[in-house]
Amino acid sequence: MVITANETKAPSTDYPLRGLRILVAKPGLDGHDIGAKVIALAMRDAGAEVIYTGLRKSAQHIARVAIDEGVDAVGLSILSGSHCELVAQVIDCLARAQAPDVKVFVGGTIPVPDHEPLRQLGVRGIYTSDMSLDRVIRDLAQQLH
Amino acid sequence: MTAIPETEPKLTHQSPSGIDVPVRVGPEALRTEHIGEPGHYPFTRGIFEDGFRGRLWTIRQYSGFGTAEESNERYRFLLDRGQTGLSVALDLPTQCGLDPTNEMARPEVGKVGVSLSTLAEAEILFKGIDLGAISTSFTINGTAAIIYAMYLAVADKQGVPRERLTGTIQNDILKEYVARGTWIFPVRPSMRLIADTILYSNGQTPRFNPISIAGAHVRDAGATAVEEIAYTLANGLAYVDELLRRGGDVEKFAKRLSFFFYVHMDFFEEVCKFRAARRLWARLMRERYGVTDPKAQHFRFGVVCGGSSLVAPQPYNNVVRVAVETMAAVLGGAQSIFTCALDEAYQIPTEFSAELAVRTQQIIAYESGIARSVDPLGGSYFVEQHTDQIEAAVDQVMREIDAYGGVVKAIEEGWIQMRLAERALQRKRQIDTGEKVVVGLNHFSNPEEVCTPGDVFRLDPTASARVIERHQLVLQARDAAAVHQSLQRLSAAAAKDDENIMPYLVDCCHAYATVGEMVACLREQWGDFQEPVRL
Repeated sequence: MVITANETKAPSTDYPLRGLRILVAKPGLDGHDIGAKVIALAMRDAGAEVIYTGLRKSAQHIARVAIDEGVDAVGLSILSGSHCELVAQVIDCLARAQAPDVKVFVGGTIPVPDHEPLRQLGVRGIYTSDMSLDRVIRDLAQQLH
Repeated sequence: MTAIPETEPKLTHQSPSGIDVPVRVGPEALRTEHIGEPGHYPFTRGIFEDGFRGRLWTIRQYSGFGTAEESNERYRFLLDRGQTGLSVALDLPTQCGLDPTNEMARPEVGKVGVSLSTLAEAEILFKGIDLGAISTSFTINGTAAIIYAMYLAVADKQGVPRERLTGTIQNDILKEYVARGTWIFPVRPSMRLIADTILYSNGQTPRFNPISIAGAHVRDAGATAVEEIAYTLANGLAYVDELLRRGGDVEKFAKRLSFFFYVHMDFFEEVCKFRAARRLWARLMRERYGVTDPKAQHFRFGVVCGGSSLVAPQPYNNVVRVAVETMAAVLGGAQSIFTCALDEAYQIPTEFSAELAVRTQQIIAYESGIARSVDPLGGSYFVEQHTDQIEAAVDQVMREIDAYGGVVKAIEEGWIQMRLAERALQRKRQIDTGEKVVVGLNHFSNPEEVCTPGDVFRLDPTASARVIERHQLVLQARDAAAVHQSLQRLSAAAAKDDENIMPYLVDCCHAYATVGEMVACLREQWGDFQEPVRL
């Protein structure tokens, strides 16, 4: 009597992210992708068009996909402790590619002392696993609409 | 923080795997004929007649960070505090087969584990630790064959005979494609590499576990306890089939297959999942493969307590969680236990929290008395019935995988990954709504609490520069011709399907070839895994 996967599709009465294109990316070597996939599914349920890169992508690759796909935002998922370096690389690549309008969000294991430095780099939102998906979606909608 | 639901939590009637649990179970539920005796088929009650009286489980804390010197110091600290086995955490470049000088590797050097780019690092890591006297476990998969070769090379250098080596390499690539992500090569050559390590190890290091088939990572990613066991047993069968295809003797290699799981908080589901898994595996080995030696039917497993069941808010609650989980592991009959530290949800543990985690196991081992009698829960109406229910549910999931076309196909096509992501979303929503109670997070939280207390672990920021510096010194000091020659032989062996690669890897390690160089040779022959991105 294992619960069937279909029950996960919670009925979404509201689509706060409708009309947005969002890239979910895994920079660096971290292989923990379940958080990235959960947030991608949740954003899709909230009405966004979501593109997921898969694992181990370079900052250059992520920036190129963001531009080619014309996304409104990039969500970077990092659990390896290398977030400061990797986020700086992606933001730098986006700037060099003349796409500074693409908004960058970060999720994963991000210690509180690192939040302010990341915001200084230009990160619009930092989401950790103890936040509810609704809160993350609401915050994204507010920042992106 | 998550908003606090307004209603008080209620006790649910279902286990987290979705199994209906009756309020009362009586003698009519007991089917004694398939329980068996401890140490006897089908091993529901454990693989040893005397439980833990003969030998306690191994207390083995996962640890490693920064440079080899720093990790060596932490190992000596843990051994000094009574730890009985080592468990090496490796950094991501080592796990993904990249040298620390590689551009993708640089930000990750020494972060989540220690960097072992050449034999020189391994020599420092195990300095002053007698490899003939301690068992060492490596959480390594994509590059498991290389790290195992490096361990053999260190033992050779220490003068320890290989047959005395004990320990484990995780070496379970199938679950890497599903949940942990440190794959390198496509599925099929990876399976060959695993068969090579197991067959070589059976001959060279007969007391070493060349694989630890792991459900822990899919569990932590979102799978239920039932799915954790089902996916893991299915992977185990895929390895057995590969070994048989390579001409291995199942009566021999099956004795050295080991397993690894997470223990989460639902006490009886966890205890019963181990009892059910032990019985299922023994049956599969006997009925599907005709295994007759009881030791080759044994389901031996290590566990990790903590992981995603630990949360950052009110972190001292995590000590209680780990204690409950450790008791479930003991009553489930685990062979080795790693207890996460209370701060492990958000950082590398401090010495204080690492010591408390070891003490938790020692208190349960020597004060609680629960290890005194073998399988003390055996024969409980409820426990035996719940074991039966889990066994049936696991069997059902394994049939679904078979119906899809087997586990290798299901992984190559991303089907299991997709099921897991859906399950993870479901679990997250259950936590968000408060349906799944997590004390301090979604119920009984303290709005006054400002995040994490206590000590903060700080990784030395110069560690990665020191790793890179020594790596370059090793490159300069080694005999370049010997390296070149050993790598050429490795390439030639990789090109032949029926050649065992292990001796060539050991030679490369002795010549101080780097992990990145060895992986590059193999990649040239085998290519890269193409990740199926399916959501």
